[in-house]
Amino acid sequence: MTNQNNQIDRSKQRRGLALGFLVKKPGVLSLLQDSGRYGYAQMGLTQGGPADKEAFYWANRLCENNADAAVIEVSVGGIELLAQLDTVLAVTGAVMKLCINSQEMALWRSHHIKAGDTITLDYAQTGLRCYVAVKGGFMVKASFGSVSTVCRESIGGLSGDKLSKNEILPYVEHKALANETLCLLPEQQIPQYGHSAILRTIPSYQQHHFSAFEQRLFYSSEYTVSSDCDRMGYRLQGRAIHSEVSGILSEGICHGAVQIPADGQPIVLINDRQTIGGYPKIGSVISSDTNKLAQLRPTDKVRFTPISMEKAHNIFHLACNKSHKIELLKCK
Amino acid sequence: MNDINPVPKRTIQIAGENALIIYFSSQVSEKTANEIKLATLKIQQTLSHYLLDLTPSYASLLVTFDMNKVDHHHLRNELRKLLATIEEVQEAHEQRVIELPVCYDIDFAPELNLIAKHAQISCDEVIRLHQSMIYSVYAIGFAPGFAYLGEVDSKIAMPRLATPRLKVPKGAVAIADRQTAIYPNVSPGGWNIIGCSPVNMFDQNATPTMPVNVGDKVKFNSISKEEFFALGGELPIFND
Repeated sequence: MTNQNNQIDRSKQRRGLALGFLVKKPGVLSLLQDSGRYGYAQMGLTQGGPADKEAFYWANRLCENNADAAVIEVSVGGIELLAQLDTVLAVTGAVMKLCINSQEMALWRSHHIKAGDTITLDYAQTGLRCYVAVKGGFMVKASFGSVSTVCRESIGGLSGDKLSKNEILPYVEHKALANETLCLLPEQQIPQYGHSAILRTIPSYQQHHFSAFEQRLFYSSEYTVSSDCDRMGYRLQGRAIHSEVSGILSEGICHGAVQIPADGQPIVLINDRQTIGGYPKIGSVISSDTNKLAQLRPTDKVRFTPISMEKAHNIFHLACNKSHKIELLKCK
Repeated sequence: MNDINPVPKRTIQIAGENALIIYFSSQVSEKTANEIKLATLKIQQTLSHYLLDLTPSYASLLVTFDMNKVDHHHLRNELRKLLATIEEVQEAHEQRVIELPVCYDIDFAPELNLIAKHAQISCDEVIRLHQSMIYSVYAIGFAPGFAYLGEVDSKIAMPRLATPRLKVPKGAVAIADRQTAIYPNVSPGGWNIIGCSPVNMFDQNATPTMPVNVGDKVKFNSISKEEFFALGGELPIFND
């Protein structure tokens, strides 16, 4: 993604000539996302970014993009795109039926796309969110350093909102070279999505405002994902947890923080969370596990298990190391 | 584990996998706000290579770091060293006061009468008291550019509306308890509206994006309806 490309692209866009994917059907909730918006929390801007960072990473890796390239996060499914230019495409994440010109194609591998091809994603069977990447990423003007869409703030994406019909997601044309190979993630490396998750949680923040008994209750109970779950947070239902305080002075909320409001039902705050808040927090879920949480849907089950900060760092670095070392298989 | 007042002055605690939080005090005060402003600035200047974001608030500062560049032990030490260099901030430390114009016309102030009645004073007195203070920006959040200012004179403190409005107009100046704020954009909200400001509190195409930052000082100045429109204010619509 060179600067020059960007400039050409933007001037085309001004003249209304940018080509890429024409959105025929936007689906339930399809959002442009790059790795997120950092450095603007002081203005009240949240971070956004992919709810499942692992699937996002693989979508870009399969297109040989840099790790920050903009992709479409398709939640629930139901999207139809018409390609106006040749490119390479990869879809990762939830089990959604991918079709190119009505022919079913595999997820977790790259495909050649020709101008005129129609790409559809059906509704998710297992998991919730897919990531659609093209070679070079989508070329959209960044707002506050990122193209990540946060609907609540009307910032990012093409218009500060989810994709809508007839919008065009521009990318740079890539004509397939003779003998150009495609990539495939080895099957045993593909993450499995289910209907439950264990969320490893660092006891932190206001844990001292929860008695030892309440903490034990929290870490030994099963919770159900409620219908009130979105990119801001996942509200859970189950055993109520009580804090000694009903509120605290509003303070910064980190990714994965588990907030306990007055009704005692935990809320795990993720990408589009408010930047500050005044409910006590019992701990924070590690990012490897918020990836799994973001693939769950209402009625799915979660449990929390406490881990130390040291362990959390180990898990993070081992996971990074492992994914960087995985070699993609070449295919035609 | 069950101590009632667990936050002594300036402690650093773990918030999450990639975040530490610095508590400066257990209470809101102007002094704390000044300290946080200074610490935020210094951390930005000296440790930004480790950081993803900084979230200052009433009495704390959340430090989000890049796990590929630093671990929490090292960062905590660096923060501790840096905090030690920040003396208790003196009150008169290069204070910039940002003046924001507000039209308190009754057409722009649906809850002005309510507050006056509640305080058993005249509307003019409510307006005078609201302008009489120099406020500190304690936090920015809730929505992009929403600045929590404090504290208003206790006479005009007012609890939130029982039923929040679905649409508070952009620029509405409002009171909740002893806090006051300007709504940067149309949004739902339950604060008591006592006027409107024509100033854009968050404009993504402007430099700077916001007229105020956490730790700044703000003063309100009364303007007429004519001045409000001349300064680019849009007619606020209240349809509860």
